[in-house]
Amino acid sequence: MRSFAYLSAPDIDTALHAVSAEPNAKFLGGGTNLVDLMREEIEQPDTVIDITRLPLAEVAELPGGGVRVGALVRNSHLAAHPLIRERYPVLSQAILHGASGQLRNMATVGGNLLQRTRCVYFYDTASPCNKREPGAGCAAAEGFHRNTAVLGTSEHCLAAHPSDMCVALAALDAAVEVRSVRGVRRIPVTDFHRLPGATPHVESDLAPDELVTAVEIPPLRAAANSRYRKVRDRASYAFALVSVAAALEVEDGRVRTARLALGGVGTRPWRAREAERVLADAPATEEAFDRAAEAELAAAVGRPDNAFKIDLARRTVTAVLRRLLTTDGSTP
Amino acid sequence: MRVTMTVNGHRMDADDVWEGESLLYVLRERLGLAGSKNACEQGECGSCTVFLDEVTVCACLVAAGQAHGRSVRTVEGLAEAGADGAPGLSDVQEAFVAAGAVQCGFCTPGLLVQTEDLLRRTVAAGAGAPSDAEIREALAGNLCRCTGYEAVIEAVRLAAEWTERGRPAGGPARGEAR
Repeated sequence: MRSFAYLSAPDIDTALHAVSAEPNAKFLGGGTNLVDLMREEIEQPDTVIDITRLPLAEVAELPGGGVRVGALVRNSHLAAHPLIRERYPVLSQAILHGASGQLRNMATVGGNLLQRTRCVYFYDTASPCNKREPGAGCAAAEGFHRNTAVLGTSEHCLAAHPSDMCVALAALDAAVEVRSVRGVRRIPVTDFHRLPGATPHVESDLAPDELVTAVEIPPLRAAANSRYRKVRDRASYAFALVSVAAALEVEDGRVRTARLALGGVGTRPWRAREAERVLADAPATEEAFDRAAEAELAAAVGRPDNAFKIDLARRTVTAVLRRLLTTDGSTP
Repeated sequence: MRVTMTVNGHRMDADDVWEGESLLYVLRERLGLAGSKNACEQGECGSCTVFLDEVTVCACLVAAGQAHGRSVRTVEGLAEAGADGAPGLSDVQEAFVAAGAVQCGFCTPGLLVQTEDLLRRTVAAGAGAPSDAEIREALAGNLCRCTGYEAVIEAVRLAAEWTERGRPAGGPARGEAR
């Protein structure tokens, strides 16, 4: 690990001023990703601004039925929170499907949004990686790429976004509140993460001087009937091969609301808008679910080691919707 | 920098700490508490699990400065949690001995701390003994390359039983549980 200056920020203004004065600074939250990457010297900040003492660890109800989650709320705390378990079971389940108990106790909501990919070449400093070193090339295309993405890839990067939590937040249309000395702004979570394109090292819409302060989840009636399913190589403590976050509300046999997002297959948490379009006002049948899944995966590009994910994602989408149909309270 | 923490109930200072040191390094190399083990240094294996302000974390991923002013309980502090307050092993530790859930011992401190946490949140909180599925999920972040986990899970079941009904008088029959 390289040497760095450590600053424990006593308040938000101090943190924002410190980061705006120091071009190569990083905020430190739970540390589960950043400390690891610093040890590998993949991240080499000159200054680390510890934000864990900032007052950003509240979960609060919003007027109108939404929920505001402070950026420093720990993943385990959020998953167990009664407001989340009642209103957004998909979010609670997604978090509990990620990492281990110890890591969920440490990891924050803001840090989860900003976690880096688990593509092996990103970690392997002996191999080229456009995310780690812009312009170096991508070793995954010709190398080991079983855990890479099939949607949203470019010739420069195949890396899958690793988060489970973000997949649920994408399905729920959450917004990310960010602050800097220049002010506050809100970014829809589905715009927060960027496609790799020609600049895979730019992973989010967050400016270098901005701090994630909260995530706001709007009210969604369909979310009461929502779930997260994750397919992986072992039953616990593994990244997704494919995951699906879904919410479904059916009325008179037709889909009234369907929300879908995919994990493990996209270069960012993948909101499945094509599938949602097919489902809008469609009959709530297995046939429609199949068509929706097919529409979303139509643009997928598989490679020798990861092409299996395309069919696996299709089948998982259909299976989750079929399951939600049986638990939808509005269907007699 | 100086890092001051409450470790196993005692206030401790570590001086001349480099910013890049982890809580694990400070505990082991500066405070002489070598119970927490340094294995993967990536938060992957759980061998360095400690309580930080009453929740379990991987001490290898906690930057030293983040622990300043906070409360840490390590595997060395578990025995102090014994029901009668007498020195000795905790229920969880005795159960691991009784079930023979220890082989090379490197993962054991982390497993003990994580099991202590699981039992606090379940059986000791009146929520009943954890199911096998709950035990497996709670210990998913603690890797053991020797035992194959069966004896570990047996030890957790035994510790849960003792937490609920009390440890048998005269101590457990060591090594007979498997």
